[in-house]
Amino acid sequence: MGAAHRPGSPGSEGAGLTSLAMLILAAGVVLVVLRAWAGPATGPPAQSGGPRSDSEQGGDPIRGAPRRIVSVVPAVTEMLFAMGAGNRVVGVSSFDTYPPEAAGRARVGALVDPDVERILALRPDLVVTYASQADLVRQMHSAGVATFDYRHGGLDDVAATIRSLGRRLQTTGPAEALAVSIERRVAAVGAAVRGRRRPRALLVFGREPLALRNVYASGGVGFLHDMLAAAGADNVFGDVGRESVQATSEIILARAPEVIVELRYGRTLTRDEVRRERDTWNLLPGVPAVARGRVIVLVGDEFVVPGPRVAAALERLARALHPEAFAAPHR
Amino acid sequence: MRTGTTRSVRQRLLSTVAGFGALALAACLLAPVVGSTRISLARVFDRSVPFAENVDAQIFFVARLPRTLAGAVVGASLAASGVVLQALLRNPLASPFTLGVSAGAALGAMLALTLAVPVAIGGVTAVPIASFAGALGAVVIVYLLATVRHRGLSTEVLLLAGVTLNAFFSALILFVQYFADPAETFRTVRWLMGDLDVSSYEPIVASLPFLATAFAVFAWLPRPLNLLALGPESAASRGVNVHAAQRAAFFSASVATGAAVSVGGPVGFMGIVVPHLVRLLVGADHRLVLPASALFGAAFLVACDVVARTALAPLELPVGVITALIGGPFFLWLLVRRR
Repeated sequence: MGAAHRPGSPGSEGAGLTSLAMLILAAGVVLVVLRAWAGPATGPPAQSGGPRSDSEQGGDPIRGAPRRIVSVVPAVTEMLFAMGAGNRVVGVSSFDTYPPEAAGRARVGALVDPDVERILALRPDLVVTYASQADLVRQMHSAGVATFDYRHGGLDDVAATIRSLGRRLQTTGPAEALAVSIERRVAAVGAAVRGRRRPRALLVFGREPLALRNVYASGGVGFLHDMLAAAGADNVFGDVGRESVQATSEIILARAPEVIVELRYGRTLTRDEVRRERDTWNLLPGVPAVARGRVIVLVGDEFVVPGPRVAAALERLARALHPEAFAAPHR
Repeated sequence: MRTGTTRSVRQRLLSTVAGFGALALAACLLAPVVGSTRISLARVFDRSVPFAENVDAQIFFVARLPRTLAGAVVGASLAASGVVLQALLRNPLASPFTLGVSAGAALGAMLALTLAVPVAIGGVTAVPIASFAGALGAVVIVYLLATVRHRGLSTEVLLLAGVTLNAFFSALILFVQYFADPAETFRTVRWLMGDLDVSSYEPIVASLPFLATAFAVFAWLPRPLNLLALGPESAASRGVNVHAAQRAAFFSASVATGAAVSVGGPVGFMGIVVPHLVRLLVGADHRLVLPASALFGAAFLVACDVVARTALAPLELPVGVITALIGGPFFLWLLVRRR
């Protein structure tokens, strides 16, 4: 997403913002057109998707278990550490913050700016890339380095990616245990909310502070949509075949969500900030969620990183949506 | 709409303003009624239902009316600023975004968006405030550069300094974006495409004092601009205080652009297509072009915003994409047809 928009250069001295704006407009037009034809498109938080397919690269020679892994995908970095392969991780992306040990590894760029030199200097035998990073994949292959291509997907794909990663790392036991524990916890949440009335929910993952501008919400596909469904709510944008929707005030009023869940990440908010952000929604008193005081602000990176913390994130989301279902000691 | 030469300018002005004014008024009256949701006007104005429970009224008064007003204000300001800057720089390619004002505004907005500053003054949040501050900063820098070595204002230095500052700020914008995470990058890029979904009246109200001042100056400008179009020397020989007129034109257009961009973002094409379109319709006299462009700009942006929010509803299209998609081909068609 970010890569598609980012113009290569600001243009010649005669161009300036006009050309920047034109470039971006052109990119926007292309995107709109592409989306109209291509159906589901990837949404803004590039880290919000889960893995869909993670085929071992066809042309890659698989030579034993990789010992030196570089991951530019935060979700996969978390998986590697959670399956006990953290000691094999030698490089991580610019955005890796979890687990804390990962933050100490060499930084090698991210989705739009992978630093090939730094990656190769780490002498990796496996590089975890986004499937969209075709250039990086090609460069790694021509340098004789195998890649593990990660694609955004839904909630189910988290466990699938963990298993596939386990096979690739030849640590199938711990990987399987991790995948099963995630699946069990997801299933437990499903059992807890089963049969309960599913509120119509708006899941917001970004907006301008203290204003209802630039509001982005989960559409009807992708990781966040899956999370909402698994936590026992119906997405008000469930009919929109995209990962993200710009939710204007009119559309929010028209879709009339009974619950608004707002995800905040990247920075912790003080209690007062959370309250003020929640109060911002009072601009739309006609929205049932606002009228009934059902605006929930959840703070934490785990909501936008489809890694092994999905189970914990899902439990928090489900508790917020159905507090009564978890009132008794949770099994 | 081109009127006969025998009629006085006053009559032509009246008929032009009446015609374009009717268009702007029609757009502003129709736009809040149109939308992706069906609302009942009877219910909108039904005082027996409390506002907090009247969703139709909220869609009308919270969602659509502020958008319409924002579109009118931003469209009028950008189009009028375009006219003034094209005359000031004597360059048909000049636009409100030529002199670095919008790039300064964009840089301010980028910083506020990236840092996610949770600040609001009187209901106006960090992004519009920072963008207006960025615009003013750019205006001051460009003005100082254009006057430091010259008595009065050198339009050539103004143009070069503005264009260079534009490129420089654009580079800073890319620099800021590069270190933002992808979700933030998307939101900042989206800001550059223009967005009128203001959801409250505060940003519009806050921009009004600046816009009112700028438009008061615009009202005085047409005669000097007409004479400046013949060149500074001949304007001076006809009694125009060239430097004062240039300063007034530069500051009024810049302040109007900065205020407009702080409300709706740098909506593309408005400041260049609308003035030229209006010139094709009413001729080159700034006494007609300036008011007609402001009114037509308002009507055009309001109409484009209706398309932006209804065409693919519930998906919202960036209004800057619509202005370019509609404005570009329409302008080219007019150009080919008329010449």
